[in-house]
Amino acid sequence: MKKIKCALIGPGNIGTDLLYKLQRSEWLEPVWMVGIDPTSEGLARAAQMGLKVTSYGVDGLLPHVLADNIQIAFDATSAYVHAENSRKLNELGVQMIDLTPAAIGPFCVPPVNLASLLEQGELLNVNMVTCGGQATIPMVAAVSRVQPVSYGEIIATVSTKSVGPGTRKNIDEFTRTTAGAIEKVGGAKAGKAIIIINPAEPPLMMRDTVHCLVEGDPDQAAITASVHAMILDVQKYVPGYKLVNGPVFDENRVSIYLEVEGLGDYLPKYAGNLDIMTAAATRTAEMFAERLIAEQITEKV
Amino acid sequence: MSKIIVHDMTLRDGMHPQRHQTTVEQMIAISTALDEAGVPLIEVTHGDGLGGSSVNYGFAAATDEQYLSAVVPRMKNAKISALLLPGIGTVDHLKMAHEIGVSTIRVATHCTEADCSEQHITAARQLEMDTVGFLMLAHMATPAQLLEEAKKMVSYGANCIYVTDSAGYMLPQDVTDRIACLRDSLDSNIELGFHGHHNLGMGVANTVAAIQAGAIRVDLASAGLGAGAGNTPLELFIAVANRMGMSTGVDLFKVQDVAEELVIPMMLNPIRADRDAATLGYAGVYSSFLLFAKRAEAQYGVSAREILMELGRRGTVGGQEDMIEDLALTMSKARQIHA
Repeated sequence: MKKIKCALIGPGNIGTDLLYKLQRSEWLEPVWMVGIDPTSEGLARAAQMGLKVTSYGVDGLLPHVLADNIQIAFDATSAYVHAENSRKLNELGVQMIDLTPAAIGPFCVPPVNLASLLEQGELLNVNMVTCGGQATIPMVAAVSRVQPVSYGEIIATVSTKSVGPGTRKNIDEFTRTTAGAIEKVGGAKAGKAIIIINPAEPPLMMRDTVHCLVEGDPDQAAITASVHAMILDVQKYVPGYKLVNGPVFDENRVSIYLEVEGLGDYLPKYAGNLDIMTAAATRTAEMFAERLIAEQITEKV
Repeated sequence: MSKIIVHDMTLRDGMHPQRHQTTVEQMIAISTALDEAGVPLIEVTHGDGLGGSSVNYGFAAATDEQYLSAVVPRMKNAKISALLLPGIGTVDHLKMAHEIGVSTIRVATHCTEADCSEQHITAARQLEMDTVGFLMLAHMATPAQLLEEAKKMVSYGANCIYVTDSAGYMLPQDVTDRIACLRDSLDSNIELGFHGHHNLGMGVANTVAAIQAGAIRVDLASAGLGAGAGNTPLELFIAVANRMGMSTGVDLFKVQDVAEELVIPMMLNPIRADRDAATLGYAGVYSSFLLFAKRAEAQYGVSAREILMELGRRGTVGGQEDMIEDLALTMSKARQIHA
């Protein structure tokens, strides 16, 4: 079977971790790594791993898109440059998977809404929310599919070493984008997101807390069953996704305590926050690729 | 010695022991009385700063906007400040506070994570606000590390840097070392401040040490109303400052009266270093964890002191209140297995 060819934009922590995952994919083949700094370690590493590289940004990739048949691109740069990257690549028919908080396209949290996004037909741009969003929104949705959630709040605690300069410079984008997706994808009527960065050594595993305030008395048995089922769905692509405690019921509050251990591809296992982003992006792209391949087969017939 | 700038915490840090239930009326009564007593700067927000109202930290009795709109126009001489923790509050909150007339923004990060404050310090500077970088749990960084973080905040536009003893862990020498290191290396037009907690009874001594090492702003609270065993008590510090010949512009008897007549009668619990509050200072844990640990003890039967010691061992930082119920559940499960 012919794999779908991909480009990665942004050779930082996320881009490199993503590259490791794409190299294992049955559906995807990473071909290009795009950066802006010719001396970047990430570009050198990608070149060593056999990718074509450019340090001229997306403009350096554009002339090769058609010749190399690039059909999917991942953007792991920043919210500020994503819009331009996306516009230029969409013009050439490339589907964008956005790992920045730009959120031009619809939010995608695979176990919650990937299937319904695919039903909507071709998507030129989908946004992967944030690491905290990928880790917690499945749980908000697990509660809201049982009973209306008037308010959903998440607290993501991540280790200092796993938070790059881009996130630090624009930390408001994390809180805003995540809060928006708690509402739009998680199904809460109002959303709030908090991020805490912890420098402890050895670095702490990503941990997440989800608080939902439900309307009426919580249906404890149904919510507990729904949460456990959703944990299994996330574990399909993030095996280290773990329910530590809960769901705890206290009047109309439902609290869920989670830990996310990464696969340890490029970054150590504690960086579950980066792993869950790249794993979710890979899963989303694989679903797109599956469909592209099916279409190609149909065309041939 | 230059005049010391007294910064009152009763209506912000004091929100923690009040479970953020201080009413707008109480805020008005206390702030106007403090203004009348000559306190030049008063902080008003949820205990966890702008946008802190949440399940995780507790919903406040009113919104930050309601508190600030009620207090700011009533000040004759005092200015109002607001705290903002990046990751909890956003630049939108900051702009709201500025529009209401807040003069001072204090952007707070953990002492090693100053680069999370760039967006907010830059925005406050652009609005020409008095912009403070507030380095929390400062005992967890060496003086040299703290200086590096302070330099980042100054580079973004902060005109004042705080050494914040959020756990009430520091001893006077720790304060002296940190403030002196910043004073030696930062430009002389950058002011320095100290925020203390009284968990080990060192609030006044630490504040005096900070001033002697070069701090000019000091955080104090009426009757000590603040997280843990409270902040450095305002009226005690003013008495000491008067004895030492430091100029604060604050009337001692008036602030004593505010404490006795307004603040002590409204306290939900006495502010004192009980065994749990003292453990915060002993273990180096963020002071606002106190009530959460006490609640977890009541609910899950694990002692608050054990929970706080474990939080200290794990190196938890400000804002990790969600860790407390989680940890209490885990500790209580482990106990059942071993029983």
